[in-house]
Amino acid sequence: MGYFAGLIFVLAALWLGLSGIYKPLLLILAGISILISVVLASRLETVDREGSPYGRSIPILSYWAWLMIEIFKANWPVIKACVSANLNINPAFVRVKTRCESDLAKTIFANSITLTPGTVTVEVEGGKLLIHALFEEDATPDSFDEMDLRSYRAADGKREEELAA
Amino acid sequence: MSELLGILIFLKPWVGGILCVIGALLALIGSIGVLRFPDFFTRLHAASITDTSAVTLSLLGMAILAPSWLVVFKLAAIWLFIFLTSPTGSHALANAAHTAGLQPVLGRDLKRPDNSEEGA
Repeated sequence: MGYFAGLIFVLAALWLGLSGIYKPLLLILAGISILISVVLASRLETVDREGSPYGRSIPILSYWAWLMIEIFKANWPVIKACVSANLNINPAFVRVKTRCESDLAKTIFANSITLTPGTVTVEVEGGKLLIHALFEEDATPDSFDEMDLRSYRAADGKREEELAA
Repeated sequence: MSELLGILIFLKPWVGGILCVIGALLALIGSIGVLRFPDFFTRLHAASITDTSAVTLSLLGMAILAPSWLVVFKLAAIWLFIFLTSPTGSHALANAAHTAGLQPVLGRDLKRPDNSEEGA
């Protein structure tokens, strides 16, 4: 039930922020559209722990803040490579293991790698990721370990207790 | 206090404009990288500059220039959706190229792989 409440709250906040006109008729239409969205989502059976992860907003948002700093740090070498006179890059494929178990955690980890300039996730198979890196020396499997741990904690942390409850 | 407010109002268009210009320059650098890099996979990396820092700085500049909070909310929504969807798109492209058997350029000497089958 909490997942439905979270989804309805986020949809309502999105509608109120995007509209800007708060007449009764439009508010009624907003209620109807939110209702249709929630019914469709529940018929698709996506309203669960991973489809509506708003209960984990705080860990996910703090992970996002950390990720933003990492992304901006990783931008510099790629910008330098783009504008330097000689093309000083060393592309390579790297295989990385992940400890993430749920699809949500794996998606967060793989998308974080892709968002970081210089690395793109090419393939996810079980607990292994195939990554294409622009600089082989920067993309050792250890360098992804902190991101892996943090995305695991953000999405999967305390998962066992939640499942048991 | 009102002096400080006056300085902030004076600075607002400048800060917003400069952030927008830096964002545009980063997008330009990303495009230059897309043109210069040797193969498909490395070009994806150059495009990710445009996806991340250029978008962030341009939208931040626009948010500072924005006349109302509703516009700021819309810009924030745009930013959020770009950050959620652009890695998915990049991954889909890379995965499709890998599955189709496109051989990447590897190593510091940027040796060209034999892609004659795919090129035909």
